Amino acid sequence: MAKIKINNMPLNVPDGITILEAAKENNFNIPTLCYYPDLDIKSDCRVCVVEVKGHKGLSTSCSTPIYDGMEIKINSPRAQNARKAIVEMMLANHDANCTACVRNMNCELQRLAESLGIHENRFDTVLQEKAIEQSNPSIVRNANRCIKCGRCVDVCKTVQGMSVLETAGRSHDAQVSPAYGKELKDVFCTYCGQCSAVCPVGAIMEKDHTHNVWDALDNGDKHVIVQVAPAIRVSLGEELNLPLGSIVTGKMVAALKMLGFDRVFDTNFTADLTIIEEGHELIGRLKERGKLPLITSCCPGWINYCEQEFPDLIDHLSSCKSPQQMFGSLAKTYYAQREGINPDDIYVVSVMPCTAKKFEAERPEMRVNGKDPDVDAVLTTRELAKMIKQMGIDFDNLREQKFDKPDEVTSGAAAIFGATGGVMEAALRSVKEILEERPLEKLDFDTVRGTDGIREAEVEISGQTHHVAVAHTLANARTLAQKVREGGTPYSFIEIMACPGGCVGGGGQPYGTTSERSRERIYSIYQVDRLTKIRKSHDNAAVMNLYSNYLGDPSGEKAHELLHTHYVNRRKK
Amino acid sequence: MELKRILEKYPKRQDCLIDVLLDVQNTKSTRHLTEVELARVSEHLGLPESHVFSVVSFYSFFSMTPRGKHILQVCRDVPCYLNDTFNVHETLESMLGIKTGDTTEDGLFTLEYSSCLGCCDQAPVMRVNDTVYGNLTPDKLRAIISECRSDDDA
Ligand code: SF4
Ligand code: SF4
Ligand code: SF4
Ligand code: FES
Repeated sequence: MAKIKINNMPLNVPDGITILEAAKENNFNIPTLCYYPDLDIKSDCRVCVVEVKGHKGLSTSCSTPIYDGMEIKINSPRAQNARKAIVEMMLANHDANCTACVRNMNCELQRLAESLGIHENRFDTVLQEKAIEQSNPSIVRNANRCIKCGRCVDVCKTVQGMSVLETAGRSHDAQVSPAYGKELKDVFCTYCGQCSAVCPVGAIMEKDHTHNVWDALDNGDKHVIVQVAPAIRVSLGEELNLPLGSIVTGKMVAALKMLGFDRVFDTNFTADLTIIEEGHELIGRLKERGKLPLITSCCPGWINYCEQEFPDLIDHLSSCKSPQQMFGSLAKTYYAQREGINPDDIYVVSVMPCTAKKFEAERPEMRVNGKDPDVDAVLTTRELAKMIKQMGIDFDNLREQKFDKPDEVTSGAAAIFGATGGVMEAALRSVKEILEERPLEKLDFDTVRGTDGIREAEVEISGQTHHVAVAHTLANARTLAQKVREGGTPYSFIEIMACPGGCVGGGGQPYGTTSERSRERIYSIYQVDRLTKIRKSHDNAAVMNLYSNYLGDPSGEKAHELLHTHYVNRRKK
Repeated sequence: MELKRILEKYPKRQDCLIDVLLDVQNTKSTRHLTEVELARVSEHLGLPESHVFSVVSFYSFFSMTPRGKHILQVCRDVPCYLNDTFNVHETLESMLGIKTGDTTEDGLFTLEYSSCLGCCDQAPVMRVNDTVYGNLTPDKLRAIISECRSDDDA
């Protein structure tokens, strides 16, 4: 332990921590900007400077370790003035038209300027207006609002291993962009959206679909239905000021009904369907000695990555569409027929923790009628929260409601799709029970749970040992995919999710997502699973009815037509 | 072909990046680097292309547009800026009849800015290819330019 003083208050703090950590532990708040939990310490922005007795210049608290006898002044006039000048300089090179910005009232720079009492800027603007990049379906980049904090660069490089974004140029001309100032659509971007989740300002964000959805809701000729992904119910609350990990399923359904959706459905239903299809695919490949390992395909960030960097592994990918897309194609066929509605009048919205889902929805393969997308609009968790706020809904006080019938039956297996290892566990519950033809003794497959980047496990099925593996983040996906490419891996089945923690840590999740927060959400997800009556996808009677009434056999002809897809080599050079 | 030969000289080590890039650039009469070359260098050293581009765009001695035989780089950091009583830049622009960033039609001169050249005591300073000239005056600039020209006639 070291004895230090912060603002004259004597404190004992553990050795080796930084000033910022010591301050936080003792409830002193030091403003930061480039600092982000889980990411490297860059000490780029200098917003966190403090005065340390005996130090000539100011010290950045995010990167300076404490030592015995250190005396720190967080808010000395010198430190305050420096912070203020730094933020004023940022604002002089920033399109600070807050009311026209998606981050208005949810922006770290704005909050910082406010807390430092910056109401006018002493510096003239030096901003050179650049075009806004919106040429891809998922991510929008507005360089005029970038403050070059480097968080996006870091998450793209170190968490995702993609290195799409980098700093280019120097000093006042510095830019954060893909190589050669190219657009994301022209480089190896997976649209995972991790960059948009860590950006403190309105410089990288998801492509806005709220306007399209408001328009559809306002259009009396449209039958507007919405599906909500498993990970939303444990994260949406955070963006609406509820405690971390709150399970808000019922309130969320109520809010969606208040927004005006004609029907509110649960993507967990098609998650169960995915397990039935993927499970049968796995069983088929095991029996017929097909291409193994089978690799999951429900994460579009991973699919984009695989198609670009591992096109040779495309044969390993499950041909199953993701739950989002299975829902879309069934909505425009089965559901339209059942309800007697012209499919052209059905507008399908999905709420996803993900920006890559916007790209997935626009794929030409995802159109059952050959021309229109099956899923018309994709909202991120953040966008849904925004719509709820725009509507003036008092979320916390809503009375809980249930998903619409008859497809409201879902299993706990579907619920855990939102956590890394969840799809694997859901599939194992079904595959093992179906192959062994007797009830599972234990439902929880603890060995595939957890948050280690790559996890391997052995599973006994009918007396035979099967090796499986789970990876999350694209950096870990690369390591595992490389092993498969080299051949000789023992695995039968692999689950890959592009985002840290799985969908709970998706690129469309609430701002401020960290591994710590994701763990809370994962905990809540397993809670949902435990509290669900049906815990295996093949026990979901509603799904099985869908097969007998409409689809025929799992993996059969109709199922293939509606629920499966193919992949393309998207190598860019 | 040339590129392949240069790459082979260097071990696949990331700390060789600047040396490799300089070597590639210096073997070309245009003294510039292309996207294709950056991609090959990144592949050879196992570095992301965005990183290689980041380095090239950071240092003013690298360029991604073709340049003339004599590259005039005028420092624009604070000491040179403050000591620049006659405006080195504008003087050179009018002497050569080009704007900063451009190359004369005969391909002899390219005019650029540079960040600090480390000779602040002699401000204002500029660099012509590998040589640094300090304490610049309009006369000195004229002399440097005609020296470059005669150099070329020889
Ligand atoms: S990024 Fe923040 S400070 Fe900048 S315009 Fe948007 S809300 Fe305002
Ligand atoms: S979307 Fe993902 S891959 Fe693309 S730039 Fe952002 S972090 Fe990198
Ligand atoms: S885009 Fe956002 S995260 Fe990236 S450097 Fe700019 S401000 Fe930071
Ligand atoms: S937060 Fe410490 S330098 Fe940016």
